Amino acid sequence: MTVEDGETGVAPVQIRGTVLTVRRLDAYCAMTVVAPPIAERFRPGQFVAVAVGGPHTAMLLRRAFSIYDVRPDHGGTVEFVFAALGRGTQWLARRRARDTLDITGPLGRPFPIPRDPVNCLLIGGGYGSSPLFSLSDRLRAHGCQVDFLLGAASADRVLGALTARRTGRTTMITTDDGSLGARGLVTDVLSQVIHEARTDVIYACGPMPMLRAVTADAGKYDIPVLASVEESMGCGIGVCMTCVLPVLGNDGITRMVRSCVDGPVFRGDQVRWDDIGTIPFDALGAPGWNARAGQEPLEAGNAG
Amino acid sequence: MPVDLRTRLGHIELPNPILTASGCAASGRELAQFFDVSKIGAVVTKSVMLAPRAGRPTPRMMETDSGMLNSIGLQGPGIDAFLQRDLPWLLSRGARAMVSIAGGSVDEYAELAGRLSEASGVTAIEVNISCPNVTDRGQVFACHPDAAAAVMAAVRGRTRCDIPVFAKLSPDVTDIVAVARACVAAGSDGLSMINTLLGMAIDPDTMRPVLAGLTGGLSGPAIRPVAVRCVWQVRAALPDIPIIGMGGVRTGRDALEFVLAGADMVSVGTAIFNDPCACPRILRELEEELASRGVGRLRDVVGIAHEPAGAVLLRAGTHHRKL
Repeated sequence: MTVEDGETGVAPVQIRGTVLTVRRLDAYCAMTVVAPPIAERFRPGQFVAVAVGGPHTAMLLRRAFSIYDVRPDHGGTVEFVFAALGRGTQWLARRRARDTLDITGPLGRPFPIPRDPVNCLLIGGGYGSSPLFSLSDRLRAHGCQVDFLLGAASADRVLGALTARRTGRTTMITTDDGSLGARGLVTDVLSQVIHEARTDVIYACGPMPMLRAVTADAGKYDIPVLASVEESMGCGIGVCMTCVLPVLGNDGITRMVRSCVDGPVFRGDQVRWDDIGTIPFDALGAPGWNARAGQEPLEAGNAG
Repeated sequence: MPVDLRTRLGHIELPNPILTASGCAASGRELAQFFDVSKIGAVVTKSVMLAPRAGRPTPRMMETDSGMLNSIGLQGPGIDAFLQRDLPWLLSRGARAMVSIAGGSVDEYAELAGRLSEASGVTAIEVNISCPNVTDRGQVFACHPDAAAAVMAAVRGRTRCDIPVFAKLSPDVTDIVAVARACVAAGSDGLSMINTLLGMAIDPDTMRPVLAGLTGGLSGPAIRPVAVRCVWQVRAALPDIPIIGMGGVRTGRDALEFVLAGADMVSVGTAIFNDPCACPRILRELEEELASRGVGRLRDVVGIAHEPAGAVLLRAGTHHRKL
């Protein structure tokens, strides 16, 4: 691996931030909030968790969004992008400038940054491409080459096509209906892009099936994938245990880890994509695990 | 006027009555990023079991109106990792640790109690005999007075005598007072109530159950009236037993409602997911609620709702309009 471990070491904060702007971004909504302590701590790949519905709301769970952009104005602002599909996000889309929001962040581990200047391919699916543009800035500042591969169902769901074209060395776009770029999925063109861009490392964010397919394809070329997963979260800070998925540790043991604090960025080859939504039989603490392997975690790992 | 918020967890005095609810605060470390965990009454840990446990598959959670369903299934690192990593961390922060334990058999509970008694620094033990997210409903000890009593007797027998033991009760029973009495008779020093209610959600679009585990525990403000009723009934039947009330507490006013029903302490659970600082905020709000009513000591109003209206006014030391 040419990438360093992405420890943050900086604690998140809970603040009341003032909404600066809410704008349509094709099929999505983009909201900018004044949040200096979050902007100051932010590193690409981290997210915020926003309380929705006001003080006496019936909606108790926070909504988690990747941070799309951070700017220095007003002491520091963060911008996030969301699809207003549920009650909570629709409430959020109705906020206006000067409204305030209860936000925690920056949360989660950021994307690791390569030590050396290498060729990075950034793959985004739908609004999953949200964290890739600040990542691109960071990578380019490190001397890396950045290529984009963005996919979505239709043209209005491709987030950041213009930014990608402006800042990336190359940009390839695919849509399911062919309304923008090539018709098909990102994986249909992935091999071609990898060859042409001489990709050394892939950063990917989007729906789980896309991340799984990208990881599988990249594995054929021995290219590491850093995948930011989309698991539904409750708290965003690691206490509710909702957003777990099976991930293979460096010690060979599969654990049900929290995507909010142990992720959302994982090495693609360590996520057990086929087992998401299940408890793999060889995962630490799976039913029958203890009976088979005694209380020696190492044995269980070897058995797996 | 500062309010005297001290309360008693068995024979142990706590500086204030606000605790985390088990399963909503992990082992305190995550929340310590947002507030000083030594400033609340105690951190009640996520239930620890003997062995590591992976829990249930995802989806594990569903937001419901003013509540949520969870189907976590007691995921945790097991007692060895807890004693090695989590307990020392809590103690290093000066937090009081009330350790929740869960097991599949009476012996497992007893062994956990023994292990915690050997470790130093455990303030109290909460015995989770009421987690709804187990495959066999027959395993929910809190659903049967005899089964509950068997666990509590075994735990009390194996726990160091200076560590109070609380039974955590389920509201999903016909007569919670019978279970409470059985636990106390078996040696339980106090009672925590309530655990979540067993619930379910079906997605009309997919036409399938939402949770991978099919059923889950309902928590949040939606269940508060059920919890207040349980505390009320048990306080009426057992006037002297320490009670930790919980279920949908979101504000200091909600906490006060539990105190008035008879809770000596109040745990905050689901509200933490919405507001990581819910515990210190609710503590501050509770103090304000008491001060604004002219109440100088928390313990003067514990269970006061059981008394006739005239006595309430007299003991609260205030006049009718403020109440």
